[in-house]
Amino acid sequence: MNKGAKKTLIKLIVAVPLMFAFGFALVPLYDVFCEVTGINGKVFQSEYSEDLVTAEGRPIALQFISTNNENMPWTFKPSKQVMKIETGEYHNATFYVKNTTNKKMTAQAVPSVAPSNAAEHLKKLECFCFEQQVLMPGEEALLPVKLLVSNDLPSNIKNIILSYTIFDITDYNEEVMAHHQMDME
Amino acid sequence: MSAVIENHHEDHHHGPAKGITRWLYTTNHKDIGTLYLWFSFAMFLIGGAMAMVIRAELFQPGMQIVEPEFYNQMITLHGLIMIFGGVMPAFVGLANWLVPMMIGAPDMALPRMNNLSFWILPFAFFILLSSLFMEGGAPNFGWTFYAPLSTTYAPPSVTFFIFSVHIMGASSIMGAINVVVTIMNMRAPGVDLMKMPLFVWSWLITAYLLIAVMPVLAGAVTMMLMDIHFGTSFFNAAGGGDPVLFQHIFWFFGHPEVYIMILPAFGIVSHIIETFSRKQLFGYSSMVWAMLSIAILSFVVWAHHMFTVGLPLAAEIFFMWATMLIAVPTGVKVFNWVATMFRGSITFETPMLFAIAFVVLFTIGGLSGLMLAIVPADFQYHDTYFVVAHFHYVLVPGAIFSIMAAVYYWIPKWSGNMYDERLGKLHFWLSFAGVNITFFPQHFIGLAGMPRRYPDYALQFADWNMVSSVGAFLFGFSQILFLFIVLKTVMGGKKATGQVWEGAKGLEWTVASPAPYHTFSTPPKID
Repeated sequence: MNKGAKKTLIKLIVAVPLMFAFGFALVPLYDVFCEVTGINGKVFQSEYSEDLVTAEGRPIALQFISTNNENMPWTFKPSKQVMKIETGEYHNATFYVKNTTNKKMTAQAVPSVAPSNAAEHLKKLECFCFEQQVLMPGEEALLPVKLLVSNDLPSNIKNIILSYTIFDITDYNEEVMAHHQMDME
Repeated sequence: MSAVIENHHEDHHHGPAKGITRWLYTTNHKDIGTLYLWFSFAMFLIGGAMAMVIRAELFQPGMQIVEPEFYNQMITLHGLIMIFGGVMPAFVGLANWLVPMMIGAPDMALPRMNNLSFWILPFAFFILLSSLFMEGGAPNFGWTFYAPLSTTYAPPSVTFFIFSVHIMGASSIMGAINVVVTIMNMRAPGVDLMKMPLFVWSWLITAYLLIAVMPVLAGAVTMMLMDIHFGTSFFNAAGGGDPVLFQHIFWFFGHPEVYIMILPAFGIVSHIIETFSRKQLFGYSSMVWAMLSIAILSFVVWAHHMFTVGLPLAAEIFFMWATMLIAVPTGVKVFNWVATMFRGSITFETPMLFAIAFVVLFTIGGLSGLMLAIVPADFQYHDTYFVVAHFHYVLVPGAIFSIMAAVYYWIPKWSGNMYDERLGKLHFWLSFAGVNITFFPQHFIGLAGMPRRYPDYALQFADWNMVSSVGAFLFGFSQILFLFIVLKTVMGGKKATGQVWEGAKGLEWTVASPAPYHTFSTPPKID
């Protein structure tokens, strides 16, 4: 093989793992892109900010939707389905959750906001979706959300839907292991 | 050691080895081209048989012949086999046969890798097809394998599917690297880039596309593998992943992939129309620039496959316009083909018939693609039979007609015999009628709202589905005639001259028919 061919070959062989890596790089790129633009309706935790609080807010409706993923057996619902709130004010909301099984279970709630361009104006100080929930058999709880809708919300948006899907993320393998260990003891 | 190499060298000059080892160990571009072409023909018939199962089930409303689960496996395998086993290897086979001869090179640049890239393919498809007999059945999530349908809800055989996609990807990447190195370094003196035959240009661009996107596909299936077996959550919302991300990665591969399946067709059709119009091709350099711009644009249009996932308005508008922009270079090509034929002294041999049908029917497929690019319209058409009609129009009378045209056009050069013109024309007209009867009515039922990928449908779609199935059987069985014609030509027939076609231009026509086992061992002289 002549020199030129070898050079071309090496360039192309290097390009292959680079493009493979690029495929994986799309994952963080996508997350960053979504975080900056808020377009996949994901809301990240924000710090308390005095600047956002204003008395010149306007009334909007905040609707809550709760969904159980697949076979998630828990009871999961918002305490109030609709809240009439003002922009530029912090508000508290709660979700009722109950482990209806006779097993200790772990859950994770994943939020989504519609319309998606409202997501960046929804500031969550506190949300149960930022952590995992562990409930004993039959245990119930009220899960808190503390949020503010910024006054910069586009004026055509009068209604925001905050939806949560709750997933069963119990590690059943670990549980089996624990049982085994108890048997051994 | 050196003695062994010399021996090997001598064998080489005597022509092909005898028996099965000729095919197993061959590093000859013509042998490997033949292997690729026969392999793709076999896959075309297997994938076609699956299409027959699909159309038989859809012949009448209600569940008739197969279980819904099996139907899902059929549509998945039909798509995967036709794309990765039928169209792509056929084009690689044509590249192997033609690229070295067209640029005056003695062989491909990397002959051993060439052998490897072919011989791993049968294993990939053996693995994929064997999943039909596994517990839980073959992959059933459609050829686009959207997660989490292909991860959380997939049958256990999905792991075999992932492995086979890895092998197919490796094969395509090696094939593409070989083509680029050959074209960039082995052109005979005088074959400048802007004098290269258009088929060579089309494959150079295609090969770059393959090298850019096949690794991304490999990445996507690797992420699936990790989600399924190693507890990661790339596409699992519960773990912080995002199913929409899968679609972005998949279509970042998937859209360039559709041009991978059509650019070599553009090259083939340009040669055939030029030959049978007995004129110089109209607008050679605009053809090259059009292919280049189509290839570049293909990287910025992927989200038009996902208008309904909830993209922001700005993104929908961007992807809509970018997609429509592709109609411009494509239109340039269609006008150039028509202008080449204009006032030419045209004869209608079988390759020309397929090429003209390509221009007309591919344009129909392109126009329905433009309709699908319109965001608000796409919300109506998305995942209906309109989409099925669209991509079958660009793939069957597009890519596959071009491959058939290429076979009729170059088979005298490959085998040394002329095909039976009467049978060739019969094959063309049966295929032409079959394709249109199959896919044209699917526009109607799609616009009327019939969703794709279901084994059953509402009663109002019954008539057109029956018509479509009749067309599919006609098209399907016509391909047995194609097989017969090819076999008959390979086994004998009227001897072909070196020139073969009166108006044909290019280095491959300067050698004898059949092309000797070794051509252009010394570079040809080009004026």
